Amino acid sequence: MKTESNLEKVLAAGHLAVTSECGPPRGALPDEVVTKSKYLEGFVDAVNITDNQTAMVRMSSFAASVITRQQGLHPLLQMVTRDRNRLAMQADIIGAYSLGIDTILCLSGDHTKFGDHPMAANVHDIDSIQLVQMVRQMRDEGRFQGGAEMKGPPPKMFIGAAANPFADPFELRVMRLAKKINAGADFIQTQCIFNIDKFEKWMEGVRARGLHEQCFILAGVTPIKSVGAARYMKNRVPGMDVPQEIVERMAAVPKEKQADEGVDICVETIERLKNVEGVAGFHIMAIEWEEKVGEIVKRAGLYPRPQV
Amino acid sequence: MITAERKPLEELIEYVKPYKRILLLGCNECVTVCAAGGRKEVGLLASGLQMAMLKAGNSIEIREHTLERQCDPEYVEELVPMIDQAEAVMSMACGCGVQQLAMRFKDKPVFPAVNTKFMGASERQGVWAERCQGCGNCMLGETGGICPIARCAKQLMNGPCGGSANGRCEIGEDVDCAWQLIWDRLKALGREESFIEITPAKDWRAGGGGGPRKIIREDLAE
Amino acid sequence: MEKFEPVIVAFCCHYCAYTAADMAGSQRLPYPANVKIIRVPCSGKVDALHMVKAFEKGADGVYVAGCLEGDCHFKNGNLRAARRIDYVKSYLEEIGIEGERLQMVHVSAGMGQRFAQIASEITEKIRQLGPSPIKTAAGAAGEAVC
Repeated sequence: MKTESNLEKVLAAGHLAVTSECGPPRGALPDEVVTKSKYLEGFVDAVNITDNQTAMVRMSSFAASVITRQQGLHPLLQMVTRDRNRLAMQADIIGAYSLGIDTILCLSGDHTKFGDHPMAANVHDIDSIQLVQMVRQMRDEGRFQGGAEMKGPPPKMFIGAAANPFADPFELRVMRLAKKINAGADFIQTQCIFNIDKFEKWMEGVRARGLHEQCFILAGVTPIKSVGAARYMKNRVPGMDVPQEIVERMAAVPKEKQADEGVDICVETIERLKNVEGVAGFHIMAIEWEEKVGEIVKRAGLYPRPQV
Repeated sequence: MITAERKPLEELIEYVKPYKRILLLGCNECVTVCAAGGRKEVGLLASGLQMAMLKAGNSIEIREHTLERQCDPEYVEELVPMIDQAEAVMSMACGCGVQQLAMRFKDKPVFPAVNTKFMGASERQGVWAERCQGCGNCMLGETGGICPIARCAKQLMNGPCGGSANGRCEIGEDVDCAWQLIWDRLKALGREESFIEITPAKDWRAGGGGGPRKIIREDLAE
Repeated sequence: MEKFEPVIVAFCCHYCAYTAADMAGSQRLPYPANVKIIRVPCSGKVDALHMVKAFEKGADGVYVAGCLEGDCHFKNGNLRAARRIDYVKSYLEEIGIEGERLQMVHVSAGMGQRFAQIASEITEKIRQLGPSPIKTAAGAAGEAVC
């Protein structure tokens, strides 16, 4: 065990882990964070707190993680390299650890072009893989990225990274995972999976390199709210693979029933993914639909969450 | 080359409005190649400015001159005989040239006629694209000759990110994914396995993070 | 009140447009004396500077006459000319001159009739537009333009 992280404990004990996501509000509204976390309480082992997602300013992941921690949940601090340099990131990491946050997800972040501040600089002092390296060095060597020793006990962060089996070029995606693991990633959360065949193909490559034994892979899933949402994800979100059958399945159902159908598809996907060797858990991304997570977790037979 | 684009005419008119006699200077190097500030563009701008000023009820005398380069003091020195007749100078050179003029002729207002854009190369006639950001520590040998800092929208050194689709960057259909290009090159060179190596965090001091940069050649500088 | 006689400069390519102009002349097809023809080897040779200077020197209208598409003696000079004219049009607008005072036309060497027709049409169009705003301003300022 490298850390005290609840997520690590669940995974190390051999259970299928469950994580979900909470997007902080676009304003100083701590109660909204509390409300969202209440939906997830008891259903997840850790909850991702996103960091200026889609390059839109939101309450900082750090602050929202602290609020979530105060509610008794286990926040997973998402950190993008787009908005801050390595000094600020290390400062946030030791600050977060000091406030009881012990799990981090290292990402590059969507380009500012997509958000509400396209005029801002994209910092990227370091990239996501270098961030993983940096956190590992802080944890395992007690040293800052610049080389100096940290004072006091090192931040024992359980380090995560993202993987997208559906982005191009496909032939690179297994090697990229290997790179992240070499850099120090303890666990991975994937982009949401609709094309299970393609995911299985990626997992074949992953298993061939033994990567599933070097880190814990959490398969991403998302319940679709409507056929419009399905089409949007298919056509307008880079790196998302939504097969036509899914869109047609959603379209075949009347509007009032589409949300239920989306949840059904999500639960079925989880059931299928349980049978894929190397999948260590699930990351349920129910954006602005956190209230459905409980139902999905229960129907997928993942409730109650193990107390470790 | 350094690329630039002429500023909108109304901005330039605002600059020269207060003056009766100006010197309009072109540069025979980079801005000539990207058709922004060479001899021809000086002629076009002088003509356009004069007509626009005339239309507004003003007149202006514009002396046109093009230097070989504006970034070397030796060439700027050639302007000494003609500088006194001008009330102000407008330069079509890149920012380097404009500043050189301002440093040499301290009591003359100096105005830029172009917006300096980027260091780039020609893709084909009439199209120039960004290629280099002067990071100070060139890694092109490792990336198959494609620069991830200048050509990746997120300057990832261990790309690609999850937004790469069909060889295109997430920011737009017209932007190549630099890491797709790098991967294609590594394959063509039989160096796929080098992809697994992690490029560590960059020291940005070489790239301007340590302040404005200077090169001093001891053997050449007096 | 004198009728306004526009000054029109026509850059005509040697291989097609100028030959057509010649034919109009030899067939005694009248076209307005407002049109001053300048022979160039190819419409693609006409530089942006030539067009802009023509207006600076007092032209009320300018046109570039080149070969029909696919017939250019120099392969694609006429296509380059067309692109260049679009570019200069927007520059003219920036300066404060109506972009329609400049245009590209295509004729073949045997189209004497068409050449004369174009010359008349453009002359009338520019007459409707009135004197170039530069000439008007120069006149008001008491400055000679040509």
